[in-house]
Amino acid sequence: MAVATKAAPAAAEDKELLISGSEAVAEALTLADLDVVTAYPIRPYDTVMQAIAKKIANGQLVAEYIVAEGEHSQFEIVKHASTVGARVFCGSSGVGWAYAMECLVVTPPLRVPMVCLVGNRALDDPGAFGVEHNDALFVRDLGWMLCWIDSSQEALDTTLIAYRVAEDRRIFLPCAISADGAFLTHSQALTLVPPKEKVDTFLPRYNRGDLLLHPDNPITVAPQANEDWVIEIRRQNDEAMKRASTVIEEAYADFRRVFGRAPDNPWFEEYMTQDAEVVLVGMGTISLPIKVAIREMRAKGKKVGLVRLRWFRPFPTEKLVAALSKAQAIGVIDRDYSMGSPFMSGVVANEIRAAMYNADRRPPLLSFISGLGGREVTLEDVYKATEMCYGAAKAGRSDAKTHWLGVRD
Amino acid sequence: MAALICEVVYRGIFQKNLAARIARGIVLSARKSGRWGIAFGRYGDSPQRNGIPAKDFAIVADSKEELEQNMARYEPKHTDVTIVLDDTLAKGVESWAWYGLQPINRLTVPHGTVLMTSLQSFDELLKDIHKKDAIYTLALVRARASFSGLWVYREDHTEVRILGALARIAPSFLTLDGVGQAIKEIEWGSDLKVESAKKAYGRIETREVKITEGSAEIPFSFGLPKWWEMREGVTIPAIPVGKPKEGGKGYVPERNPYFKKYTSRTMRPVIDFDKCVKCTLCWIQCPDSCFDVMPDGTYDANMEACCGCGVCEAVCPVEQCITMVNESLFEDNASQWEMWRTDKDRYQAWMAGKIGDKVATVRSHGFRFRGQYEQELKRDLDTGGVEITAGIPGENAQHKTV
Ligand code: SF4
Ligand code: SF4
Repeated sequence: MAVATKAAPAAAEDKELLISGSEAVAEALTLADLDVVTAYPIRPYDTVMQAIAKKIANGQLVAEYIVAEGEHSQFEIVKHASTVGARVFCGSSGVGWAYAMECLVVTPPLRVPMVCLVGNRALDDPGAFGVEHNDALFVRDLGWMLCWIDSSQEALDTTLIAYRVAEDRRIFLPCAISADGAFLTHSQALTLVPPKEKVDTFLPRYNRGDLLLHPDNPITVAPQANEDWVIEIRRQNDEAMKRASTVIEEAYADFRRVFGRAPDNPWFEEYMTQDAEVVLVGMGTISLPIKVAIREMRAKGKKVGLVRLRWFRPFPTEKLVAALSKAQAIGVIDRDYSMGSPFMSGVVANEIRAAMYNADRRPPLLSFISGLGGREVTLEDVYKATEMCYGAAKAGRSDAKTHWLGVRD
Repeated sequence: MAALICEVVYRGIFQKNLAARIARGIVLSARKSGRWGIAFGRYGDSPQRNGIPAKDFAIVADSKEELEQNMARYEPKHTDVTIVLDDTLAKGVESWAWYGLQPINRLTVPHGTVLMTSLQSFDELLKDIHKKDAIYTLALVRARASFSGLWVYREDHTEVRILGALARIAPSFLTLDGVGQAIKEIEWGSDLKVESAKKAYGRIETREVKITEGSAEIPFSFGLPKWWEMREGVTIPAIPVGKPKEGGKGYVPERNPYFKKYTSRTMRPVIDFDKCVKCTLCWIQCPDSCFDVMPDGTYDANMEACCGCGVCEAVCPVEQCITMVNESLFEDNASQWEMWRTDKDRYQAWMAGKIGDKVATVRSHGFRFRGQYEQELKRDLDTGGVEITAGIPGENAQHKTV
């Protein structure tokens, strides 16, 4: 008798819903059949918790919803749930994310494939809700995979991809998806929600294998260790992060095959860079004003392009250098700050400077800081940055300074 | 016009769900004619605060690129339609985000529309709405301010009536059929609601507003300092201490000059100074420290500071000494005590006019007792009139029942 073949999934169509980035994440979690989620409110992240709670209350998702007493325990709980084989989700914003720092630190070495959403929010003080990227960037050196999105659709798709990558046995590292507070977390846009059958094809069940904490698999997690052990553990994590590059590319290719969408280049979006003289770089929804400004400037004959960085960890060094070294000048607009850093620049600008160091061709790079605390990045801000980049292109050198845009001075 | 930009101005908590439904409804209705759209709330608002003016936005456009142009903004710089869900907002709105006072029609484009739910006449409303240096249309859906708060949703069809009216105002973006289909498909849809949308489409009342019409008040505003002008350490000066009212008597505290709060008010206290026994309770209990102490020992509620919470009415031990009255019955924030001091008889007559108007004194902050909504809705549906109901027992309830 022939082996029964799995019936082809019914050709169910995508549903179009008007949902926010946070609600899109909740849709993805439902499709991914999430097991355990912990919750502790902070704006703008709380919109995700509310959306998940609604899914559970409506009977669309069966999951353990644990209200924690703070961000610290929130992350600690899902860490443990993940070690016993649960697919987990958590997240926070701003100082809430900071309060969880001790747990965020231990997650990568324990190889916990937690997926999180950071609703980017300015750090206190002052108490403010608007977007800044410094919160998620806290963990940039620690073994977290980090990416930034710019639409509800990307929120949904990236959540599914993040589970696929994080839970790959070659990786087992946590992944934080960053969504700009307000612009994504609180804005509803038309979003395609795929049918469950497709998601099941794309996303296998989480299998913790030899690392599963279970009576049938007696292990001890996180024993105390001295200097004889630590550096090897770090080296293991480093290797996993290295492998993530391959696994992310595989995941995007497979996503494209199953869902019929997803970019060819997972790492960054290139908008009108083909013939661009000046290339602007940014992360998150800053892409929106930049794209609009680029269209306006191109109508006036200025060849400007955008590289919107999606994945910050692992950092796509070679690919990014290849894309940027073609330009006559690069302008990096950071929605974060790194006070006292080289040139007093933002984090992304300095990462790109470092990445470019060995490049054969190093165009002038200008660093801009803008949009902090949720301030709108205006078209005028983008025009101004572009003009300065043209100036640097003409001079053939950078001004080794950092320019603040949109600050009242 | 290749994009339709709408703002929905509403009262925090009381109308949060209502506004969100309308913004969603606009996008979903326009989607029926192939448009793209987004719906979002103004992030700097704090709609979890009672009565505070807040905004939602809905933007629909012919193409994704046009939409992107609008998504790039924190909030629209202008709107084709300004939807107002409570006519006391006609006096202007002051967001929690410290923008100063914004006239309700500030963002409305020339020849745009202010669409309001109101039972007042056009002329009454234009006493409150600030003048605008461009012609626009004032459109009314005849309805009271609907209460659709955070935790309950009042199914009084306000959301679909607004959508129906909007189909009349912007037919190239929202067809009545599109609105009907959207209503049926979304979670709160029903055939009855489609019917209500159609009726509102037919019954909407409009009037062109000339540049000479409206309130001449100059809205208060302030400039923002440069980074190097600001004090370091996230530090701001404290509000200075106040001073005696006059002749070393009474006490008038200084108040925040940048955030006045009075547009949060849907009702204001009217005080009978002849009845006041100077017990200090209103002065102590007012959560916004609104009361100025007068030289004679009575207390005058400062109308630039009062957010209309009604606590003073509730704590005042003297019957009918403090009465909350619908904000739309007043045209300025002048001191009641000064009016009373100048001419006591005239003040009594003025006060009787305000507190004697039963419709005005029961304008609800929400639901005052279980079953109020059912009562009101039934009367509305049966007669098209407005039901008058009692307040909370103890809050001058018997005087508020018709
Ligand atoms: S209604 Fe009365 S208690 Fe409330 S803010 Fe106004 S004066 Fe104060
Ligand atoms: S609570 Fe009433 S009686 Fe007491 S001081 Fe205030 S107004 Fe007068």
